[in-house]
Amino acid sequence: MCEDCCPDMEQTLFYILAAVTVVATVFAISEKHPVHAIVYLVTSFFALAALFYLLAAPLIAMFEVIIYAGAIMVLFMFVIMMLDLGHPENSARPGFWQWLPALLLAGATLVALGILMSNRISIPDKAAVVSIRDVAVMLFQKYGVAIEIISMQLLFAAVGAFYLGRRGKQ
Amino acid sequence: MSYDPIDIGIMFAKIALVFFVILTLAAYLVFAERKVLAWIQDRKGPNRVGPFGLLQPLADLIKLLTKEDFRPAGSDKWLFYLAPAMAAIPAIMIFSVIPFGSPVTLFGHQVQLQVADLNVGLLLFMALSAIAVYGVALGGWASNSKYALLGSIRGLAQLISYELSMGLALVPVVMLARSFRLSDIVNAQEGCWFIVYQPVAFVIFLISIAAECKRIPFDLPEAEGELVAGFHTEYSGMRFGLFFVGEYINIIVLGGLAATFFLGGWHGPLLPPVVWFSLKVLAFAFLFIWIRGTLPRLRYDQLMHFCWKVLTPLALINVLVTAWWMVLRG
Amino acid sequence: MKIVSDITAIMTGMWITWKHIFRRPVTIQYPEQKRTPYPRYRARIVLTRDPDGGERCVACQLCSAACPVDCISMQAAEGVGGRRYAEWFRINFSRCIFCGLCAEACPTLAIQMTPDFEICERDIMALVYEKEHLLIDGCGKSSEYNYYRHAGIGVTQPRGTGNEERLPVDVRGLLP
Ligand code: SF4
Ligand code: SF4
Repeated sequence: MCEDCCPDMEQTLFYILAAVTVVATVFAISEKHPVHAIVYLVTSFFALAALFYLLAAPLIAMFEVIIYAGAIMVLFMFVIMMLDLGHPENSARPGFWQWLPALLLAGATLVALGILMSNRISIPDKAAVVSIRDVAVMLFQKYGVAIEIISMQLLFAAVGAFYLGRRGKQ
Repeated sequence: MSYDPIDIGIMFAKIALVFFVILTLAAYLVFAERKVLAWIQDRKGPNRVGPFGLLQPLADLIKLLTKEDFRPAGSDKWLFYLAPAMAAIPAIMIFSVIPFGSPVTLFGHQVQLQVADLNVGLLLFMALSAIAVYGVALGGWASNSKYALLGSIRGLAQLISYELSMGLALVPVVMLARSFRLSDIVNAQEGCWFIVYQPVAFVIFLISIAAECKRIPFDLPEAEGELVAGFHTEYSGMRFGLFFVGEYINIIVLGGLAATFFLGGWHGPLLPPVVWFSLKVLAFAFLFIWIRGTLPRLRYDQLMHFCWKVLTPLALINVLVTAWWMVLRG
Repeated sequence: MKIVSDITAIMTGMWITWKHIFRRPVTIQYPEQKRTPYPRYRARIVLTRDPDGGERCVACQLCSAACPVDCISMQAAEGVGGRRYAEWFRINFSRCIFCGLCAEACPTLAIQMTPDFEICERDIMALVYEKEHLLIDGCGKSSEYNYYRHAGIGVTQPRGTGNEERLPVDVRGLLP
């Protein structure tokens, strides 16, 4: 487990993984071909999962991979492969106005991060390992109602999808 | 805190051992499959290379290595080259969390016969098995061939379908063992194997892993009869070999997991634990070969229908029933 | 119940394949263990001779025309007494599909199939058989047949003296 290894190694690993995450995400954004973008994004998810693991949150790490890389991206890829995209690598790069919302959001994130960093909220030096039991207890006891509401919403969404996807009257 | 060099040495030895054993076993599983299929079909199977054809895997390896490494025109170079590894590596990585024997004592050190005893071992398996489909999907897509593309689309759709029922089939196991840690799951079955409590979950899991390792009757991504060879149509040489061996590694690993989750892992009377574990894995491998020799391939929509409308609800009901049962028993 | 019958069906199948695992294989280990093919097996083609030792082939090209892959070629020639024969006769066995149509087409039973199937060669050109490779000293499957004795052509005997043959009609004798 992570708390066993020497802090040096942990830090080095952290920086490597962080670099991989950032670089892969940048590529995922700038890559023209959607399948390549997905591959970059999955790489970034993987590095992110390893980061979570390093930060003593193994459950989140695994869910990151199972849900994002394993389910959502697979679904994306399924759709992309079903579509005939032609030659997206020859398409024009998006212009400034298309970049603008992304830039604004990035700016907002950076500002928020800066404020957080300057406030110096006490970040524990060594995070305690969050066991699965803790997560479960918190999810289903502390936030039980919220979970129920979310699952109701998911149910509605599923029913809606079934309704839309039903066979027409034949 | 620093590591004892012996601990690190043992760690590397374990990794090397697992690699060696799994790769050899996978190669011989190919041989065993050809033999058993031949027997089922009243043939003799490979028997020319070495005594009883036992050197056949070696001959296959030489053949694969000396073949031309062909890349079709218009294919996506990097993805095409990477995909076989992406298919084979997750499979072998899953084995790192499987305990294949009871802890032994070596040089005064307590050694667990397991590469990594993660507390989220079961989830790691789910994650890696979900990742393994990228090799199939990207390999098929990168080959720039319609058959390969159809194969990879089928692979993706198949993954989305069975992943859910597989995960749900494992929930009762986790509930019974009260842990995601595979060694805990094995230890929880010391008295009674989980297959006794959870026969339905076992059957669902078995069907799902047949789909996971793309075996008949769920070998739709390959489907020789319809798609030439499916996602690896355009592959040749060792890259094809990697896909091929990856499939057999998958059989071993999934057999090991099924044994761990439902058949008590390495627990068993009389024989040493490692032997018990190997026996169970080989039994699963034989079962898969046997099924391949018997059943025809399902149609694509039949698989989706079966997974979504039969297996998933059944697994959900099973989870509910198990939960009720556990609550009532306290 | 459908599900019960489905499961029974699968189990029956599994049981049958299980039993077959222990059956004796039907495989014949070819190079060590050989099986004699039946006499009418269709393999290497030969050109036979009639009982008198003469070549049967009259270079009529019928086999060549019947061959679906066009692997027979020959050059016709005429010998003493009007007896036709093939100056050269060539079968390309690398193309032949051993369908036997040539043997069926042959009016003189010259071209015949034999059960000898082991004619593989490393060099593909060695599979082009010339007349000297094809012609054998024997009658093959029909030991009595001699085309010229039935053909009504005066090659082996004067016209009209063959079996089941009448003397040629003297056309002048029919004049009114
Ligand atoms: S056997 Fe068929 S293919 Fe061969 S030479 Fe005779 S007609 Fe041609
Ligand atoms: S082998 Fe028979 S069919 Fe062919 S040319 Fe000679 S006589 Fe005619």
